[in-house]
Amino acid sequence: MATSKPRVKVPKTASAGETVVIKTLISHEMESGQRKDKDGNVIPRKIINRFTCEFNGQPVFSCDIDPAISANPYFEFSAKVPESGTFKFTWVDDDGSTYTDEQKIEVK
Amino acid sequence: MKRIVLAALAAVAAMSGSAFTAAADPVDDKLVIDDKEMIIRAPAPEGHPFEEVMSGWLFREAETRATEADSFANPGMLAVEQGEEIWNTVEGSAGKSCASCHNDAAESMKSAGASFPKWDPDSKKPINVELQIDKCRVKNMGAEPYKFDAPEQVALTTYIKHQSLGQPVKLDLASGEMQSWFDKGKDNYYNRTGQLNFSCSSCHEASMGKYIRADHLSQGQANGFPTYRFNTGGMVSLHNRFRGCIRDTRAEMPKAFSDELMALEVYVTWRGTGLSVETPAVRQ
Repeated sequence: MATSKPRVKVPKTASAGETVVIKTLISHEMESGQRKDKDGNVIPRKIINRFTCEFNGQPVFSCDIDPAISANPYFEFSAKVPESGTFKFTWVDDDGSTYTDEQKIEVK
Repeated sequence: MKRIVLAALAAVAAMSGSAFTAAADPVDDKLVIDDKEMIIRAPAPEGHPFEEVMSGWLFREAETRATEADSFANPGMLAVEQGEEIWNTVEGSAGKSCASCHNDAAESMKSAGASFPKWDPDSKKPINVELQIDKCRVKNMGAEPYKFDAPEQVALTTYIKHQSLGQPVKLDLASGEMQSWFDKGKDNYYNRTGQLNFSCSSCHEASMGKYIRADHLSQGQANGFPTYRFNTGGMVSLHNRFRGCIRDTRAEMPKAFSDELMALEVYVTWRGTGLSVETPAVRQ
């Protein structure tokens, strides 16, 4: 897949202080840098090396990613929602590009 | 002395063999995708070697089964999304997209995934979704046909078949010469081939439910294709899987969409009659 496209699933609403489950998936080949092409040349490493999630600017979840993670990395985690706001998701590619997505959640 | 040791080894092997068989039975579970229950066990059609046809989902690990059951976590849904984009993209000299003629795939392609391959009176051969896409591209869009397993071909096929998610597979073998292709496919299915001298039936019929290396042998159903496979981290088309299986028997691989494999597609799809379309299924 040529361009990486994130998919994120966050509930639209929550009650104050509720813990919600967040699911994220991004399309990415996660080329490990260990493989060789037909001519025996090493295929350069190209992976997503970092994933972060913030809520209203506050860090919620982050991790470094290494080459053993398979294609199309999927992360599922939970977060406590104190107030209405926006979750911001960022994936950092080896080539320097970043892929982002934002999801609003309303506290009722 | 040596003979006794060998006999003891054989006994151990026999015991572990039977233990494996017991552990290898398909699970008893329900597959619900987006609140829709899939038919993963169905009474076999007349003339079928099994009494019950079973989805390959029943033979996979718990984690793999859970990934398919969650349409968000299923990485095959990325191909569905990509396919939807292609469906709406204008290509070729006629300035058309798939949607220009077929509008909303959710309506127009609702039963396509459950009823292909069909008889194609123009080529006087069975036609599958991949070849129907190519036919449309050449005849109606003025575009190039896809190369076998081009990412676009796999994504668009996945998207089209996904519109039939949950629908039971049913082929029309009465149209045209489908029956004779079915017969040819059946011959191919039971024909032993390759250095290992295996037929499709050696694994998927005679040894169904057992292990071959670390692989739990299913009935080899076609209802979930194209399928997301963890071992390649990508989508696998049916003819790619056919060729992979044939390669593993150390036989010469027929070309994708060759008469041999089209006949096999007709027959193998029929063997899954009554199972829900699961595209994109998730396998290991």
